[in-house]
Amino acid sequence: MPANTMSKAERDQSHAHSQASRVFDLSQHSLRELNEALHKLTPGPNETAWEVLNPKGSHSVAVGVDQPVSIDVRGSVGYYCAGMNDGAAITVHGSAGPGVGENMMSGSIVIKGDASQYAGATGRGGLLVIEGNASSRCGISMKGIDIVVHGNIGHMSAFMAQSGNLVVLGDAGDALGDSIYEARLFVRGKVESLGADCIAKEMRPEHLELVQGLLDKAGVIGVKASEFKRYGSARKLYNFNIDNADAY
Amino acid sequence: MTYRNPPTTPRKSATFDDYTLSEIRRAAATGIYDIRGAGAKRKLPHFDDLLFLGASISRYPLEGYRERCDTSVVLGSRHARKPIELKIPITIAGMSFGSLSGPAKEALGRGATLSGTSTTTGDGGMTEEERGHSKQLVYQYLPSRYGMNPRDLRRADAIEVVVGQGAKPGGGGMLLGQKISDRVAEMRTLPKGIDQRSASRHPDWTGPDDLEIKILELREITDWEKPIYVKVGGARPYYDTALAVKAGADVVVVDGMQGGTAATQEVFIENVGQPTLACIRPAVQALQDLGMHRKVQLIVSGGIRNGADVAKALALGVDAVSIGTAALVALGDNDPRWEAEYNALGSTAGAYDDWHEGRDPAGITTQDPELMKRVDPIAAGRRLANYLKVMTLEAQTIARACGKNSLHNLEPEDLVALTIESAAMAGVPLAGTSWIPGKNGF
Repeated sequence: MPANTMSKAERDQSHAHSQASRVFDLSQHSLRELNEALHKLTPGPNETAWEVLNPKGSHSVAVGVDQPVSIDVRGSVGYYCAGMNDGAAITVHGSAGPGVGENMMSGSIVIKGDASQYAGATGRGGLLVIEGNASSRCGISMKGIDIVVHGNIGHMSAFMAQSGNLVVLGDAGDALGDSIYEARLFVRGKVESLGADCIAKEMRPEHLELVQGLLDKAGVIGVKASEFKRYGSARKLYNFNIDNADAY
Repeated sequence: MTYRNPPTTPRKSATFDDYTLSEIRRAAATGIYDIRGAGAKRKLPHFDDLLFLGASISRYPLEGYRERCDTSVVLGSRHARKPIELKIPITIAGMSFGSLSGPAKEALGRGATLSGTSTTTGDGGMTEEERGHSKQLVYQYLPSRYGMNPRDLRRADAIEVVVGQGAKPGGGGMLLGQKISDRVAEMRTLPKGIDQRSASRHPDWTGPDDLEIKILELREITDWEKPIYVKVGGARPYYDTALAVKAGADVVVVDGMQGGTAATQEVFIENVGQPTLACIRPAVQALQDLGMHRKVQLIVSGGIRNGADVAKALALGVDAVSIGTAALVALGDNDPRWEAEYNALGSTAGAYDDWHEGRDPAGITTQDPELMKRVDPIAAGRRLANYLKVMTLEAQTIARACGKNSLHNLEPEDLVALTIESAAMAGVPLAGTSWIPGKNGF
């Protein structure tokens, strides 16, 4: 960022840290300043490592970032953290509120704690890792994202999930994969119940390879792909048939 | 010679009329509800039930073709850094690529741009055709989030969070397999040929408090540049408008039950939601009660057909109207020139509403490459621009006759109602009386 377009606060921060990294304290500056600064990043040499202090449950932290920078958020965040992320590597050193990583395009998001509802909703690409548990509707309407949850996921997860992979090391709640399209679900623990048109499927070699690859990318150690079961669409509800009306 | 009693004329039931009987037979034969496009077709209290008073001794008119009558409107001035400035208060409503062909979407963009107004994407994402040919494009943020991405969000001129639509408040989108071409399937991340029923609820928020946070996220992603609209179906217009304002909307869009849809159940279209006329005054009242009338703009849609409808909506307190069905007719939808083909589909020009089947002879509600060639986007766009011009001139004619130098100076006091129902809904006196049903204890 050219020095003449910086606010005084930004210049102070810029001087205080090396060109490659930047600390942004949300107790000193507004959310709007943070997101605007992140959106001003351009391709090429940049402040490639960001640290966000004192998020204190703020909503919409680091949304709409479209450059391959790393962002470490020190604390817990509110709704929609890292929403629509497109290329950044964002780590939340705390827990995340609803809709973390919603509609992610690419890049990665790691939640060191737990995630609330709708984690990874409608995500199109990239990798979302939740090291704790995820609440209900994890991966709802997912459209290509990969999600790895170290713990458990809540009810109605992967509802209307269209594409992508959801890997759960723990258990899944009620109505997993209700009205699912072509997303693939892999659960290591117990599934409370399956939703409409979601069935257990065979783990073929390509699925073992896929799960192993995702476990490796998510930094999971000591867990084998063969411990997972696969779930997906029975594809019976793809075209309306009155004889299937009882399924809804 | 034997006397025969005179026979009575065969009488059909008003309750079990021909249409009802045909629907019972159709349901019995197929076991599935009827799906169709367009909005409510039943007779409803509408703008036709209102009249302008015009000038008289106490009000003097403006000279037609001489004195200026402003038609411009600014949308999104509450929070957005870049509000939308329109030359006319008539916008093109959201209609999806998928339900409409690519050339039809392009024609809508061309016609709107020629007229200095905006057009809107739909439940299928933003196409290059419509972005390229639309000077001002409103990008819909829908429950399905098909094609949603931050790049399109940023190259939109406004964002419309769609909570519902007038034809089906509480219902999601529907696009049946025959219209899911390769391109449509790719944009929606779905297999080709499946019946695509999109969600009726947003996946990552529920209720007004969440909506406020969602709007904050959209503003943060777009650096507070874009006006954010919230669109609701005509369900509870007073509360929906108030809650949208509370959630931070710049613009509230209220769509009455005559507003069209690409496809849904006939029973839904005809039995859920309120007529457009019934939605306007409650929505305006909500804005006035909050001190936000004219600060948060109100767009109303559903059955707007001509300049009189535009003028009447504005007189009731609306900032702009939106057209969908009428715009498609201007492009060539339901044109009698295709009558033989409509007949072959079991319909007739003016009644054709099986838009979901993808066999539209006019090439508008189809993904068939041969049929869509019938839409010349340049000529169709010109027709839409002509039609918008006529509507605007008509509205100006009425406004000048009422002594107004701006369409937005029209007021409820310029109107009377022809029926008790419309008087009650619009909150204007029954013609020839000073009676407004429901006001002053009567």
